[in-house]
Amino acid sequence: MSGSFFLRKRLNTLFFCALVLALTIIAIIITEYDVVKGFTSVPKAAEWAVSNFVPNEKAMDKLPDIIDKLLETLLVSIAATSTAAVFALVFAVLGSQKTGIGGPFSMISRWIATVFRNIDVAAWSMILLFSFGQNVLTGYLALFFCSFGFLTRAFMESIDEMSMSSVEALRATGAGYIHIVAHSVIPSSLPQLISWVLFTIETNIRQATLIGILTGTGIGFLFNLYYKSLNYASASLAVIAIVVAIMIIESVSNYVRRVIM
Amino acid sequence: MRTLLEFKHVSKQYGSETRALSDVNFAVKEGEFVSIIGPSGAGKSTLLRCINRMIDASSGEIVFDNASVLALNKNELKKLRTRIGMIFQHYNLVNRLSVIENVLHGRLGYKSTLAGVLGLYTKEEKAQAYRLLQVLGLQEQVYKRCDQLSGGQKQRVGIARALVQDPKMLLCDEPIASLDPNSSKVIMEHLRDICSKMGITVVVNLHQVDVAMNYSDRIVGVNKGTVVYDGPPAGLTKEKLRAIYGADYDKLTEEEGGRHVG
Repeated sequence: MSGSFFLRKRLNTLFFCALVLALTIIAIIITEYDVVKGFTSVPKAAEWAVSNFVPNEKAMDKLPDIIDKLLETLLVSIAATSTAAVFALVFAVLGSQKTGIGGPFSMISRWIATVFRNIDVAAWSMILLFSFGQNVLTGYLALFFCSFGFLTRAFMESIDEMSMSSVEALRATGAGYIHIVAHSVIPSSLPQLISWVLFTIETNIRQATLIGILTGTGIGFLFNLYYKSLNYASASLAVIAIVVAIMIIESVSNYVRRVIM
Repeated sequence: MRTLLEFKHVSKQYGSETRALSDVNFAVKEGEFVSIIGPSGAGKSTLLRCINRMIDASSGEIVFDNASVLALNKNELKKLRTRIGMIFQHYNLVNRLSVIENVLHGRLGYKSTLAGVLGLYTKEEKAQAYRLLQVLGLQEQVYKRCDQLSGGQKQRVGIARALVQDPKMLLCDEPIASLDPNSSKVIMEHLRDICSKMGITVVVNLHQVDVAMNYSDRIVGVNKGTVVYDGPPAGLTKEKLRAIYGADYDKLTEEEGGRHVG
């Protein structure tokens, strides 16, 4: 009995591995991808990157420009996230199963969250490009819509997971709905909410770089410009600046998380 | 003494099958200390929550301070709740906030929307909250966060939150079920004092028969949603207890005895 149980499990694993392998081979055949050539070209690509993609002295002259654009990108990300967080909080409180006012509003709230979240940020910026053209506002709005959808969902789940015992207690004292939200729901779930906001700021800074390429703003635009004008040294400096900025932001938000928990 | 609370033929139905309360009748006089005892699932919690309509009774009439509770509209219900304090088995505090903030939550029912949201408490309210914490022996803990307190201290914060409401009545839902014997004793003594010194009527749900016998003026025994005993602790004979706890009573007393020896 137990022998056949383990045999069945092993066969399942074997079958699954075979399936993945078959899918990979089919994909390789269809796309005409040469595996050997793919891997052997990696060292060559690295060689090229090392020889071309190193910031030189001339690139250093561009540093003030890069920092300026980087700051703009950072600030747009933070602004988009924080404004989105305010709206998301309202929708999450009203739409949550525990604190929600129920009925159609809860459904609308969940629906909005799903729609805004599932349209990719790149898609958002393309759509918005038509209405707003190539400027910072387009990038800001694209980030705002995505963060709004994501944060509404994340906040809703944080609130749903929270223990509702203090809500019951405040209801028993005769406190009104808004009082209960302000003094019980938000204080109890605040660490999770802040944690989600920090996470969204981090992702948005990464996304903002990509959006910048599309909307022609921020550090993404600068990278694109240098890259297309074959100024690889400056482009690499932009990349390094982005990496450093993200690392700094991450360590700051980790510190904040530790303090508020 | 005036009758403060009266249940008249109160029933509570969950869905079409479960009947949590059926035809409950009893009255509580002003300043009385009443314990409600009964086995788990007998409907004690439902009974208590029907008083301040945390749960709505299905039929019958509940009269509190000459007002019919079931007929109140939303605003009148909020007003009623400000005059009834409630204490919970799991304390139900906002753990991330300080003791004093949790106590002041008891005043929210008296606040306008804006003042409540911003937490604008008057000087008198803060002084009253501090006084109550002193009475309950928590003057050292005023600015501590509630998650740093022990169970007994948390329950005393819960009591202070209820008292700062300036209530006529205190509803206590298993206030000592999660506490050790020492803290339980402290809490029960405080409840007794609140009743005798402050003149606040106290209704307590209890698991422990001996505690109920020690502290109550009157005991209401509930089994399967009906009141099977209503009288003084002295009248609670073995037969009556068997009627409340069913055939399991003898086993229960053995366990209780064993626990107290331990």
